[in-house]
Amino acid sequence: MIAERQQRNVPAALAGCLLLWLAGCATPRGTGDLGLVIERAAGRVQVVNTSQPRSLATIAGLGDLSHASLVYSRDARYAYVFGRDGGLTKLDLLCRRIDKRVLQSGNAIGGAISQDGRLIAVSNYTPGGVKVFDAATLEPLADIPAVYGNGQHSKVVGLVDAPGNRFVFSLYDAGEIWIADLHDAKKPVVQKFMNIGKLPYDGTVTPDGRYYIAGLFGEDGLALLDLWQPEQGVRRVLQGYGRGEQPLPVYKMPHMDYWALAGDRAYVPAVGRHEVLVIDQRSWKETGRVAVAGQPVFVVARPDGRQVWVNFALPHNDTVQVIDTLTGKIVQTLTPGKAVLHMEFTPRGENVWISVRDDNRVDVYDTETFAKIATLPAQNPSGIFFTPRAHRIGQ
Amino acid sequence: MKLYWAKHVWAALFLLPLAAQADITPARQQQLLYLLRQDCGSCHGMTLQGGLGPALTPQALSGKSSDMLRTVILYGRPGTPMPPWQPFMSESEAAWLVQQLLEGKAL
Repeated sequence: MIAERQQRNVPAALAGCLLLWLAGCATPRGTGDLGLVIERAAGRVQVVNTSQPRSLATIAGLGDLSHASLVYSRDARYAYVFGRDGGLTKLDLLCRRIDKRVLQSGNAIGGAISQDGRLIAVSNYTPGGVKVFDAATLEPLADIPAVYGNGQHSKVVGLVDAPGNRFVFSLYDAGEIWIADLHDAKKPVVQKFMNIGKLPYDGTVTPDGRYYIAGLFGEDGLALLDLWQPEQGVRRVLQGYGRGEQPLPVYKMPHMDYWALAGDRAYVPAVGRHEVLVIDQRSWKETGRVAVAGQPVFVVARPDGRQVWVNFALPHNDTVQVIDTLTGKIVQTLTPGKAVLHMEFTPRGENVWISVRDDNRVDVYDTETFAKIATLPAQNPSGIFFTPRAHRIGQ
Repeated sequence: MKLYWAKHVWAALFLLPLAAQADITPARQQQLLYLLRQDCGSCHGMTLQGGLGPALTPQALSGKSSDMLRTVILYGRPGTPMPPWQPFMSESEAAWLVQQLLEGKAL
């Protein structure tokens, strides 16, 4: 009987393998050392391997990726790419193809995946709000319009996931932070926090999922919400870090991609100042600032927290600086090339990948020696995303 | 004599924008359009359909004066994230960009 069943399963297994092969899937492998590089102008992504820095495949047809970000499914096989044109594309990293794609709004900015991995939330500029989709099918489940004041819609930024199957986001025009509880995916329960500060431009969550922090463009400071005790409300931290001085022009909005934490200290971009602010995360007070080459855009910590890497807005966007978190000093200034847009560390941080948009390259550096160890051609590369993000809160 | 001057002033008025445009070499025009798409595009969208900043399509800009638009490009809009782009381009280059935007030739 058993033998018979096995025999019967042989053709089925063969058919399965054949199907996988036909679909372009490689031999069975994990995805832990894979990633995606956005080619923003071409509407394409490259599937890359971080163990032997190289490109494995290109997947086209993703629409306008001029401001694209993505999150990974918890099995780290699929990526959900959020395009500027409102496109939500589910990619299969193993089969290296588009699995599903929907146009969910007119103009989107980012997204998040829920704690349980079943929901995808997308934050939209037009019409302003958050839409929630089934992660498996991309079927729409819920719509949370960001309506405020006298019925205006606000653009939504800084959307992240938080424990308790919640999504947290900021309303750029309204100056509000909302928590949406999606225990019932079709009936989100929204908690709103008003007057959190002027023009929140992005937001992020601490790696433990406890604190949500929104960066403010319209004033010097950050808005902080303790998600363990939301009833305590939003408080302003680092208020007046500009010391009343005239802010410098900002030629690219800073990003709060992932909370850059080293020990108890967090590193965040100042707005309108060529500085990285250092915050003691126990007291939420400034403990220092590091003068840097220009307006910081991304401030990212190596996974071990020993280094913080910073890139910059125009006209300093050819430069990357490295802060040693032990001394608080800049230990390295690199000039990778024209228009450095993003930096992503390999899972344990021995390498960093840097996209150099105008030179059509992605460079891979050794973070210990700062030597360039590989270069991959890519057309106007922007965001670089590796699969360890699949298992991090807020990414 | 009066007529002679009037003629020249008129000629100058009409020829000036052309002269300004002629100063912008095709290579520089490409640079400006690249800057528009890639760098202005980080807020206004690479296809200029808008993002954190408003759309810059001819429809979105219709009814706005080219002088005002040029001033906004060069000197920014205080109280908003729009910075002054005057370090990166001249007056005539900003005027040329406005013309491209209004005529829908920027893409």
